[in-house]
Amino acid sequence: MPRPTPPAPARDRIPEALERLGRAAEEIARLLRDLTAYLGLFVLRLGAAIMRPRRLPLTALVHHCQQVGLNAVPIVVLMAFLIGVVLAFQGATQLRRFGADVFVVDLIAISVLRELGVLLTAIIVAGRTASAFTAQLGAMKMREEIDAMRTLAIDPAEALILPRVLALVITLPVLTLLANVAGLAGGALMAWIDLGISPAMFRTRLLESSVDHVTVGMLKAPVFAVVIGLIGCHAGMQVQGSTDSLGRLTSASVVRAIFAVILIDALFSIFYSEVGL
Amino acid sequence: MSGAREAVIAVRGLGTRFGAQVVHRALDLDLWRGEVLGVVGGSGSGKSVLLRTITGLNIPVAGSVKVFGTEVVGAAPEALAALETRWGVMFQDGALFSALTVRENVEVPLRGVEGLPEGIRRELADLKIAMVGLPPEAGDKYPAELSGGMRKRAGLARALARDPELLFLDEPTAGLDPIGAAAFDRLLVDLAGALGLTVFLVTHDLDTLIATASRVAVLAEGRVLVEGTMEAMRAVDHPWVREYFQGPRARAARASHEGRG
Repeated sequence: MPRPTPPAPARDRIPEALERLGRAAEEIARLLRDLTAYLGLFVLRLGAAIMRPRRLPLTALVHHCQQVGLNAVPIVVLMAFLIGVVLAFQGATQLRRFGADVFVVDLIAISVLRELGVLLTAIIVAGRTASAFTAQLGAMKMREEIDAMRTLAIDPAEALILPRVLALVITLPVLTLLANVAGLAGGALMAWIDLGISPAMFRTRLLESSVDHVTVGMLKAPVFAVVIGLIGCHAGMQVQGSTDSLGRLTSASVVRAIFAVILIDALFSIFYSEVGL
Repeated sequence: MSGAREAVIAVRGLGTRFGAQVVHRALDLDLWRGEVLGVVGGSGSGKSVLLRTITGLNIPVAGSVKVFGTEVVGAAPEALAALETRWGVMFQDGALFSALTVRENVEVPLRGVEGLPEGIRRELADLKIAMVGLPPEAGDKYPAELSGGMRKRAGLARALARDPELLFLDEPTAGLDPIGAAAFDRLLVDLAGALGLTVFLVTHDLDTLIATASRVAVLAEGRVLVEGTMEAMRAVDHPWVREYFQGPRARAARASHEGRG
């Protein structure tokens, strides 16, 4: 008489779990290796374009600057403004208890300029641009456009990846600057309404605190830009024939890009504390 | 030297695989100048992979591929780029660049030509567009605005842009209605004859084979199982070949071709 197979004993599940862990680790290692290769490819093509500026796909570059930069301005500015408002409001509530109301300016300056301005801008850009890059390149891959390019002796890295990543490197610092301004404006407005700190006083207090904060934040922007762009393009080039893989890789690229941005931000924090900025 | 045939493509001992899946093992194939070779085989027999390997898009694990006497496998980018000016490839759905109009698509291969003024480039593109039987106004349209058959013709125009000697076609009639497919077959025969093209044609369309191919190579079991004329295929004693060339569809295709004359 057939009997139902007994559930696998616990000792079989451990190797299975280990195998899964191993496979996941291998996948991450491969992804890191691929992304390093893409970084090298990008630097090579950038170098070639700098040596021979006429080869730079200028039309595509301008187009992508508009797509990833200009079109992202409203959402980035609104988001940063609201974050400034929230910070001022929350900070004021806490600081008032110690009679240290005026330090809310320092709080806003440090958190917006050092961290939140660039980090949240990068996260929004990762969400809208990494996915867009993956979807664009993935669709081209599916329609064999990238193969067609290769047979016409057009280098996809030069024609597709270079203008996209370069557009991010150009526009992300600009977006960060706008986010910083909007964040400070939101904070100043709330400080004025809630604490009666006049904009003039806010400004004086702001200028007393270190200008280093701006530099510290802005230095991260180009690094985030390269990482977001490469992750988006790499995922797009991995798309195989099916629409299923296009969808899967589009969402994977967003998750990877946001995770990478937060991880690199943490590494920056360690770096800055070591060099004493 | 009239008796000597020039091998435009010479594939020797080709082995390709994806992971554990072996696609070709020790595959040999020749394409002689001036012929239209139809490459057929069941789904997954590696027809398209063979085309991609010969054009340098896929890197084989073993063997050699010579095109115009130049080794493609492991070729330097410059050598491959030089070869690419002598062949044109038409992918299954045309693979047109979706951000460009049809005319701009056809102009893309011409951009690499040194010292070609923009006006002449444009006229050449219009000439190629007319050559593949597209109406003049199609030049200003984007690929998404075209029907499947027109996209294929536009893809052919781009493949012919630099007046290649060798033309690769991947399933040129797949997804076309019978009338469109027959028109494409006629276009292909006319162009191949008029331009003296050598054609590597991947297809599973029997009508196309009968109408265009001067020789047929059957891919199966990872190699070229048999090759020869359409007539010779009917004498081959292999289950797949017999099923393919003597099945009801083959008889209908042959009858309609003979009927058309």
